[in-house]
Amino acid sequence: MSLSDKDKDTVRLFWAKVAGNTEAVGSNAVYRMLTVYPQTKTYFAHWKDLSSGSVNVRKHGKTIVNGIGEAVAKIDDLQKGLLSLSELHAFQLRVDPTNFKILNHCLLVVLAITFPAEFTPENHVAVDKFLAALARALSDKYR
Amino acid sequence: MVEWTDFERQTIAGIFAKIDYETTGATALARCLIVYPWTQRYFGNFGNLYNAGAIKINPLIAKHGTIIVHGLDRALKNLDNIKDAYTELSVLHSDKLHVDPDNFRLFSDCLTLTLAAQMGADFNADVQAAFQKFMLVVVSALKRQYH
Repeated sequence: MSLSDKDKDTVRLFWAKVAGNTEAVGSNAVYRMLTVYPQTKTYFAHWKDLSSGSVNVRKHGKTIVNGIGEAVAKIDDLQKGLLSLSELHAFQLRVDPTNFKILNHCLLVVLAITFPAEFTPENHVAVDKFLAALARALSDKYR
Repeated sequence: MVEWTDFERQTIAGIFAKIDYETTGATALARCLIVYPWTQRYFGNFGNLYNAGAIKINPLIAKHGTIIVHGLDRALKNLDNIKDAYTELSVLHSDKLHVDPDNFRLFSDCLTLTLAAQMGADFNADVQAAFQKFMLVVVSALKRQYH
């Protein structure tokens, strides 16, 4: 399910809308992930405050969404572009890759809520494909 | 047996009380066929599914989307025994319709996103959790009679 040129253009255009909203979108997605899929909290035992407006959740949401923005910029070669992020996740963070799918789903929910008119099925399929490709690239160095 | 909190019961009832079955069903099914095009395999007799535009205006798909969402009413009315309430429908999907049960998950995700877009900020994390738990239970019941 590789990204066509049209998919890439669609993602670039759509993600440009997110650019002004990175902390809001990111923290909403992270908070949803922690609430709807409580097993994901196991990665954040070191956070005292997992609530919706907490500094940790907001900062982490922003970090993740900025990372996705980086991936959008490198959409023509995600594997190469995300090499160091993949190494980080594989060797240091050791996040089980199933969780990438979980976070991707939560991101899509936030995008549907934040951009109901622009989150058309056509844009949805391109973004879904991109997030799946991103997850694959991020898992590349795992084994 | 599945345990439902009062919040979950109220949330689920509240969502279905406000749903416009026609719009929501049609939108969710069209989205599913566009985002996961392999799901079109079950709709060979439904006319023009040639591109996203055609799918979105296809009246047979719209009608079927409504039927599917109404199928969830059974769970709503039988929250404390969804498993048994779906025995017949599970046999139907397995033995007559031959639907790969993974499609239930795909449709469920599309329905979740359709509701999120409709409900906006009201579809908060706790509401999302309750709705997804409901759909997970229904999907599990629908898979149960497969053999």
